[in-house]
Amino acid sequence: MIVAIASGKGGTGKTTIAVNMALSLRKHKTVQLLDCDVEEPNAAIFLNPKFDAEEEISIPIPSVDNELCNLCGRCAEVCFFHAIAVLGNHVLTFPELCHGCGGCTLFCPTGAITEKPETIGTIATGYAQDISFVQGRLKPSSTATATLIKEVRRRAANLDAVLIDAPPGTSCPVVASVNKADFCLLVTEPTPFGLNDLVLAVDMVRALNIPLGVIINRSDENDDIIKEYCGKNDIPILMSIPFQRQYAAYYAQGIPLVEAAPEWEQAFQNLWDDIERRSR
Amino acid sequence: MKEILIISGKGGTGKTSVTSSIAALCENKIMADADVDAADLYLVLQPSIIETHEFYGSKKAIIDSEKCTHCRLCMQACRFDAINNFQVDPILCEGCGVCYHICPRNAVSMKDNLSGHWYISDTPYGTLVHAKLGTAEENSGKLVAEVLRSAKEMAEQQEAPYIIIDGPPGIGCPVISALSDADMVLIVTEPTASSLHDLQRLLELTANFKVDVSVCINKYDLSEEQSRNIEYFCYDQGIPVIGKIPFDKNVINAIAHGIPPVKYGGPAALAIKDIWEIMKNKIDSE
Repeated sequence: MIVAIASGKGGTGKTTIAVNMALSLRKHKTVQLLDCDVEEPNAAIFLNPKFDAEEEISIPIPSVDNELCNLCGRCAEVCFFHAIAVLGNHVLTFPELCHGCGGCTLFCPTGAITEKPETIGTIATGYAQDISFVQGRLKPSSTATATLIKEVRRRAANLDAVLIDAPPGTSCPVVASVNKADFCLLVTEPTPFGLNDLVLAVDMVRALNIPLGVIINRSDENDDIIKEYCGKNDIPILMSIPFQRQYAAYYAQGIPLVEAAPEWEQAFQNLWDDIERRSR
Repeated sequence: MKEILIISGKGGTGKTSVTSSIAALCENKIMADADVDAADLYLVLQPSIIETHEFYGSKKAIIDSEKCTHCRLCMQACRFDAINNFQVDPILCEGCGVCYHICPRNAVSMKDNLSGHWYISDTPYGTLVHAKLGTAEENSGKLVAEVLRSAKEMAEQQEAPYIIIDGPPGIGCPVISALSDADMVLIVTEPTASSLHDLQRLLELTANFKVDVSVCINKYDLSEEQSRNIEYFCYDQGIPVIGKIPFDKNVINAIAHGIPPVKYGGPAALAIKDIWEIMKNKIDSE
C-alpha cells in the first residue's frame, strides 16, 4: 500500500510523520520511504541511510545541427513552452523552459534536431536499517521538480508499506508525489496558516480521488479551528502530536521522535492499521 | 525601485510572519505574495480585493471521440503517459501539444486552462498583489511572474521605492521566478538540522543570481547549539546573519488575531525591527 504524506503548508511535520511511521512499522512489515521533497530532501537527516547507488536523472533537450537546419521555424511553432526560437540565422534553445516532450525533434522536417540529456538531479537508493530508502535531489537551478519526482515514484517497490514524503504546497510537484497513492495523510498545525493551507490541500487530494486523513502536529489549545473544519467536511483526524519543547529539541538535532520517545511507536502502528481499514 | 524577497528553503520557518512585519514597518511600498500554492500573507494583511484577474497558465489537450480513429499515434508520441483509452488525463497532461500536432484527423484540440486567479487588493499597510493557484494546477512559476509583473506596475504607478515579496518554499521554479529581478534576499531559517541542510541548497541557487543575500534565524533559542552551527556556516560562506528572533508566543497570538507580529509587540517584534533597520540601511546605501 502506498501512503503519501503531504501538507499544503511547509514545516508542519511531513518528514517527522514519514520517518517515524517507517521506523515504527519496520519490525513487522516491509517498508520503503520515498523522499519526494526533491528540492529540500530531509528524511535522510533523521534516518542516516547507507546509499549503495546513485544515478543521474536527465531530461532530453534539443540540440540543433546548424548544417542541417534551414531556419524554417517549425520547431518554434510546435513548442508551446517557447523553449526553442529562431532568431536571425540562429536557433536558440532555453533548457529551463523545456519539458522534454520531443515535439521539436519529431516535427523538424530536415532532421536537424537531436536530443541530448540535461541533468536535472540525482536519485540515490539504499537502506536505513531495514527500511528501503529512495531519495531524489533536484540540481539547484533546475526547474524540473515534478519530472524528478515522477522518476522517484517509479522506484516504488511492491512492499507492505511504501511511504511518500511529499513537498509542501498544492501544485504540480505535490500532485506528482501524491497522485495514485492509496491514501494521503495531511499534516497540519493549529494555526490560521495551517488551516488555510489544509483546506487547499484537501481540495487537491479530493480532486485526485484519494482517501485522506489529517494529523494535527504541535497540537495545543487552538486545535478547535482544525477540528471544526474537519468535522464539517467529514475528514477523520487520525493522530495528534502535542507541542512540547522537548520534541522540538529532538527534531532540531535530527533525532527521530520514536527513538527519543519510544511510547510513540505503538501510536504509529495503530495509525497504520487505521489507514489500512480506511483505504479498503 | 528595489525588490526585497523573503525566502527560506525549508517551509514553515516563519517567512510570512517576518514578511508581514517588514511590510508593516516599511513605508511606501507594494507588497506581493509569491507563495501562490499556499498563499498566507492575506491572512495577516486583511485585504479588500479591488481587481480580480484570471490566470491561464497552460493548455490541456482534448480528444474529440467523433473524429478519433484510434490510430494510437498520439499515445505513442506522448511522453507523459497522459493518453489512455483515447482520452487525455488532465492531471498528467503537460500541454506540450505533441498529440495535437501529430493527429492525422485533427481530432485533438488544445484548450486554455484556467489555472488560477490573481488579485490587487487594498490593505491597511498599502497595496497587495496576491494570487490563488487552482486546485491541483501547474505552472506556479508563471503565476509568480505574473504577480511580480503586476506588483512592479503598481510600484511605478504609486512611485513606491520598494516591493516586499513573500516568497515560496523550496528551490524550484517558483523560487527561481521570484529571484529573477530581486535586489535583496532575506533568508528566514530556524535552528534545526533540516533547516541548515535546506539553507545550504538555497544558497547554491542564489549564488546564480546577482543579489544581496542575508540570513536571519527565527526561534533561535529553541536550539542555541544548532543556531551556532548556522552562524558558523554562514560565516564560512560570507553570508551575514543580520538577526536572531527569539521564540515568542506573541507571534502565534498576532497571527491568530490576523495582524503582523511587529504590530503586536514582544521580543520577536523588537528583533524584527532591528533586522529591518539593517536591511533598510543596506538597500538605501546601494
